[in-house]
Amino acid sequence: MMLEELRSVSDVTPQMRESTEKYKIETKNLNAWFDNNHVLKDISMMIRENVITAIIGPSGCGKSTLIRCFNRMHGLVPGARVSGEVLLDGSNIYDRGVDPVLVRRRVGMVFQKPNPFPTMSVFDNVAAGLKLGGNHGYRLDEVVRRSLEQAGLWDEVKTDLNKSGASLSGGQQQRLCIARALAVEPEVILMDEPCSALDPIATAKIEQLMIALKERYTVIIVTHNMQQAARVSDFTAFMYLGKLIEYGETIQLFRNPKEELTERYITGKFG
Amino acid sequence: MTSYAIRRLKDRLAFSLCLLCVAIAIVPLGSILLEVTGNGISALSVEFLTHPPGAVGQGGGGVANAIQGTLILIGLTCLIGVPLGVMSGIFLAEFGDSEFGAAIRFLNEVLMQFPSIVVGIFVYLLVVLALGSFSAIAGAVALSIIMMPIVARTTEESLKLVPNSIREAAMALGVRRWRTTMSVVLSTAKSGIVTGIMLSIARISGETAPLIMTILGSQWFFAGFKQPMDALPLRVWRLALLPYDYAHQQGWGAALVLILLVLVLNVIVRLATRRRYRSRAR
Repeated sequence: MMLEELRSVSDVTPQMRESTEKYKIETKNLNAWFDNNHVLKDISMMIRENVITAIIGPSGCGKSTLIRCFNRMHGLVPGARVSGEVLLDGSNIYDRGVDPVLVRRRVGMVFQKPNPFPTMSVFDNVAAGLKLGGNHGYRLDEVVRRSLEQAGLWDEVKTDLNKSGASLSGGQQQRLCIARALAVEPEVILMDEPCSALDPIATAKIEQLMIALKERYTVIIVTHNMQQAARVSDFTAFMYLGKLIEYGETIQLFRNPKEELTERYITGKFG
Repeated sequence: MTSYAIRRLKDRLAFSLCLLCVAIAIVPLGSILLEVTGNGISALSVEFLTHPPGAVGQGGGGVANAIQGTLILIGLTCLIGVPLGVMSGIFLAEFGDSEFGAAIRFLNEVLMQFPSIVVGIFVYLLVVLALGSFSAIAGAVALSIIMMPIVARTTEESLKLVPNSIREAAMALGVRRWRTTMSVVLSTAKSGIVTGIMLSIARISGETAPLIMTILGSQWFFAGFKQPMDALPLRVWRLALLPYDYAHQQGWGAALVLILLVLVLNVIVRLATRRRYRSRAR
């Protein structure tokens, strides 16, 4: 651990050292492809720690691909390629010799459709990351309870932890998936349109939850719901056709967009 | 006639045609079951189920040694065929997205349609001649060659039905690929895999031709893995060849026992591997 820290510090130039204290993830000239389809073009952005960063843009603009590059899920699809760097706490997760599995334990993910493990109970779903990750010596009871509490689901499921995870409602399932991601104690949580399959009430719960989570985690959310981005996020990035068009504080971006494209998108002129 | 009436007529016609085809397809199944039950039920008795065959021509005795032999064969064959088949299926489903995978899939398909008598001859040359005698082991090897491609195929199909989102969920938690496959994907696909194994057991417990060349048949109970052994389909065949009425009667009885055995095995396995949770349709 010490060695890694030392190396990551020596890798960065003096003026950047200050920024790595505040920034959790930094991408440098990040490009991504599906076979010959160039889906991310030269993305360079710095994402702050303990804030919510929203990534918006029309369908197919590469926003999901971008966050899937943050935990190396992009490389799982056959034909997928990445070039450039993604620095997590200053060290490149695409360096040779970096184990993607260990990256994913630090950078958790919640998906668009709730996807609890259908054959596991509520308890086992939450404990899955620890049990299957080969980590032993955890007090699973405590971890499960703490994670479910953090996900705001404990009170609703505490009496039926042995029920199937798939028997919960859609909104509960999504919070179960969040609890499952929290149980492995990641540092960053990626959310890929986590509310698009949910009704407004469940959506509101997840949004409250996100705001509570940023105290302890760095949250990055992909959404095509601009109101949602405006409601919950501190920073917003607007992407179009694989390029990062504009990135800044959410209030700024929505009130005074610098780019004409951003303005046309947020005012609903296209998208 | 209005066009709606014509369409309704066509619909009725197509529906009746389908129903007719189903009825025709079910006739052989029903009549076989009826015939076997009708002829075999009178042969069933405590003696029939607990004794080996009596002296030829004398009558009496039973098929207990054949029941025992079939159970041993099924057990041994599963021991070889299930792990090999399931593992091949995992390979094809999770890693078979290449030319090599396609070649394996094709060979598997060919193996599945192999005449079982050829498998028998192959195992005769490979195992029986090498060991110097007909044996239970040779029978199990032959049957597992028949079982393996069926299990591999159904395992592959059921693993492919597991939604990719389940794999991604596990991978995103930092679970390693092999662990994801073994603990999450396999358990999600369990019922499909079990169905495949049961189908293959039903198929191999009825195989006769490869057994003639491998376990030979026997009048006595199991005497060792390297010794000849009896099995129900072999017994049915031998009894049917005998020129005695009592033997034909016993042959029907043995056939009925074979059908019931597969049925009972099926029910037991189903109960034992029943899903803990019924997943909600979404």
